[in-house]
Amino acid sequence: MSTPLAAVFNLNHPAHTVDWSFIHLSVSNVVVIGLMFVAFFLAILLPFPGAAGRRAARRGDGS
Amino acid sequence: MSSVASPPPDSPAPSKSWTVKVREKGVEALPPERLLPDGQPTYVASWIYVFGVASIASLIVIILSGSIIALKGPAWWHYTGVGHFFNSIHMWSVELFFFVMVVHLWGKYWMASWRGGRGRVWITGAITFLVAVPAALTGYVSQQNFDAQWISTQAKDAMNSVGVGAFFNLTNFGQMYSYHILLLPIAVVLLVSAHVLLVRRNGVVPPFEVQERVAALAGAKTDGSAPASPDGATAAEDSSGSHAGGPS
Repeated sequence: MSTPLAAVFNLNHPAHTVDWSFIHLSVSNVVVIGLMFVAFFLAILLPFPGAAGRRAARRGDGS
Repeated sequence: MSSVASPPPDSPAPSKSWTVKVREKGVEALPPERLLPDGQPTYVASWIYVFGVASIASLIVIILSGSIIALKGPAWWHYTGVGHFFNSIHMWSVELFFFVMVVHLWGKYWMASWRGGRGRVWITGAITFLVAVPAALTGYVSQQNFDAQWISTQAKDAMNSVGVGAFFNLTNFGQMYSYHILLLPIAVVLLVSAHVLLVRRNGVVPPFEVQERVAALAGAKTDGSAPASPDGATAAEDSSGSHAGGPS
């Protein structure tokens, strides 16, 4: 039943790992950690939709 | 016929029942307009808070999907298509939960979100992360398959090495399952609830520049009133760390 999906990702091998000194991580975990950093920096750098307009409206109110 | 006589004016006030005391304390700490506000300072418009809300959304999906697979049992989640589907929903919502929670935690760490008397907000969030880790790990050993068997027999050595194996026995399925579907989820939900209520009580931490600007404005004022900052927060909110009332 799950054969077609499993065929996309060949899991029939030992896990690929990243080794550096005592650090021993699977490649999939390294990818997830990398994506978390990407999401974090995007969350900081990308402007929130409508935020600038709301700030301008607040200043316009004089409050 | 009896009538209730009002106490004479100089008599001591009647003692309040515990329900009245709890109600008054609750409304004092979280009045309805602060519990469910209709507006927030403009600096709350940030993606970092979207990750906080996404954490709660993921937690809801985790609990709903977990409730279903717990009710249906391992034969269902291992051997039926719909069972596999809900098993996967449960597993991936946990992955998403940790992903978005950690991004939210990083963001709040670098914003020093414990400023202004918000220590308990930060602590409840950090402890939620720490409690969520064993909540997830006990799920690995509750799968009822060879994977769970392998993980439990490996992880028991770690528990034994730190001397807690007698109390937290990875090879005891009943104990691990109780931790996974009852004790630790209750702890996570209580902590998240406390975290959200404390955010409501103390308000969202202002950015450093807003805090400094409003503190300067408040210092310039000599009449003691709280001037509004350009970003819509009052000096009382920004410098004391509270939307209405003192820091927690």
